[in-house]
Amino acid sequence: MTTKAKRRTPEPYLWLLFSGGGVIAALVLPVLVLIFGVLAPLGIGDPAFPSWTRWILLIVVFLCLAHAAHRIRFTLAETLRLPHRLLAPVAYGLALAGTVVAVIALV
Amino acid sequence: MTVLEVSRYRPGIDAEPVFQRYEVPDNDDWAVLDGLNYVKDSVDGTLSFRWSCRMGICGSCGMTVNGEPRLTCGTFLADYDGVVRVEPLHGFPVIRDLVVDIEPFLEKLSSVSPWLIRSGEDPASEFAQTPAQLEAYKQYSMCINCMLCYSACPVYVLDPDFLGPAAIALAQRYNLDSRDEGDRFDVLSTDEGVWGCTFVGECTSACPKHVDPAEAIQRYKLTAAVRSVLPWVRL
Ligand code: SF4
Ligand code: FES
Repeated sequence: MTTKAKRRTPEPYLWLLFSGGGVIAALVLPVLVLIFGVLAPLGIGDPAFPSWTRWILLIVVFLCLAHAAHRIRFTLAETLRLPHRLLAPVAYGLALAGTVVAVIALV
Repeated sequence: MTVLEVSRYRPGIDAEPVFQRYEVPDNDDWAVLDGLNYVKDSVDGTLSFRWSCRMGICGSCGMTVNGEPRLTCGTFLADYDGVVRVEPLHGFPVIRDLVVDIEPFLEKLSSVSPWLIRSGEDPASEFAQTPAQLEAYKQYSMCINCMLCYSACPVYVLDPDFLGPAAIALAQRYNLDSRDEGDRFDVLSTDEGVWGCTFVGECTSACPKHVDPAEAIQRYKLTAAVRSVLPWVRL
């Protein structure tokens, strides 16, 4: 094939984060919202979570933000016709920034 | 009478496509293609369009009917109220009237090496396959190259370099064939290949043959992503 076709692309890695985030969001986000958003504030259930819960939560937050960043990047690229070169750093940068905020809040 | 509003483009006469209205008799069993053939035979012999089999097999009669990509031999006039608008397939350069340029599409198809790739000696006997091995790729072999999926795909319409649904489904037809030893990773795992797809899914809705090209693409995304991270794993 042409040299253009052989060019290395970061997309497989970004797509794995995107699809991992999608699966995690669909499977655990509703449960987490129920536990931390409804039950815990109402004082229902045991608030003493084991300490490793925070690490799981960090992974969940990172993957969900990566998922959202990917989706927003492609939505903006196709609706506003903005270049991926510009959108990708901003979108994934914001996902990383959000993850840093989660690290500060949780650790 | 049904009114057909047909897009006309005659190079050298029309600067750009214009619509022309034709009246065709009402017939319950007439497809849009029958209406066009009536026009060509009885009203205006200069109208140009492609067709051959009239039974959803050859894939040559794809056009845009009331804004949607359709096989005109399988789309019935009786299912529409009012004026039926017939345009060439969106997303392709128009050569004349309803005829579009299929050359770029054919190049895409051949770029995925759509044949059984084998190394080593010629086989002494035929390669037998189990029903399950046939089932693994059969759905993707049903494609009739009608290009409706390209016309329906917003990614392709924005970026004509996108390899597109039918070509990727065709690559999977061979990738998933137990007799094939080829490797199409370098063509498929590119920005213009599977990574150009944002899973809109319109290709699958438009496909008259239930090929489900969107599924073929998502499946190869997983194959390519796993292989990018774990190069020794072949899904
Ligand atoms: S995948 Fe379906 S819509 Fe696309 S060219 Fe093949 S038969 Fe037509
Ligand atoms: S004329 Fe052959 S598919 Fe319609």
